[in-house]
Amino acid sequence: MAQEAAKFLATALAIGLGALGPGIGIGIIGGKAVEALGRNPEAESAIRTTMILAIAFAEAVAIYALVIALIIKFV
Amino acid sequence: MEEHSKPHISIKAEKIFHLFGFDITNSFFLSLIVFLIFTIGAFIYYYQSKSKNKGSFYYFVNFIVKSLYDLFYSVLKKETDYFFPLLASFFLFILFQNWFGLLPGVGSLLIRVKEHGKLISVPLLRANTADLNTTLALAIISVFLSQVFAIKYLGFKGYINKFYRLKEPMSFFIGTLEVISEFSKVISFAFRLFGNVFAGEVLLTIIAFLIPILASFPFLLLEVFVGFIQALVFSMLTTVFISVAIAKHH
Repeated sequence: MAQEAAKFLATALAIGLGALGPGIGIGIIGGKAVEALGRNPEAESAIRTTMILAIAFAEAVAIYALVIALIIKFV
Repeated sequence: MEEHSKPHISIKAEKIFHLFGFDITNSFFLSLIVFLIFTIGAFIYYYQSKSKNKGSFYYFVNFIVKSLYDLFYSVLKKETDYFFPLLASFFLFILFQNWFGLLPGVGSLLIRVKEHGKLISVPLLRANTADLNTTLALAIISVFLSQVFAIKYLGFKGYINKFYRLKEPMSFFIGTLEVISEFSKVISFAFRLFGNVFAGEVLLTIIAFLIPILASFPFLLLEVFVGFIQALVFSMLTTVFISVAIAKHH
């Protein structure tokens, strides 16, 4: 396999596999937030803030994968 | 030319000129501009707060600062006054750096520089938080200060007791993990901010190359939102870590 081809594969695998976990995580967070909202609609603003913070945490993992992919691609 | 046929993406900030032996990078240059605007805004606010008839700028800044105060108050309670200047500066600094990186001209204005004896064109401006040096510096300040505040509030002995306790032999293992996690906070802080802002920059560049007209507009709005959220996340995490650090172990 040519070196260039391996590089493309590595980039795609890094971001593709790295997005799996955060995707599942954000799905769970969003679902649970809606559940909480259904139980307690008055707490909407508190739930929203907490949800966005938690999503940012989960998303950060995908961002690490993206940084790795970009490093493989452009360095 | 070969150089213009594909988007210009560089993972590190590029030098644009030398000043007294220092390399001035494009991200530092934009950071200086933001810093100047920030300072001017602060002075306008200060003079308006002293004068009799206050402008709408004064009330607008007051509104923002008040909202920020309420946000941090929900975590820190009665300690908010002491930590507020640090946390609000984190928030506003990161917010302004993120948003100035989205202005038209940032990344698209090019300048010719000589590197290794050959002329290349590099962007004149670059979002400051899309430079790993900046985010690493912010992360080190945040984590280091939370240790300093822990020592200030608990005393040196109390600080060490948070990690290692003689009565619990198990704490020597767990404490070591805690120490490592303090260091990994720096890395996660730095890469979270850098990754989000840099990824946004790459996304906007790529979309503009795929569909040149109008298509990047929704993504621009998304990036404005991401810039705000990342500033909020950075300052909120610092708040939470500080509030955990100054809490007594029991």
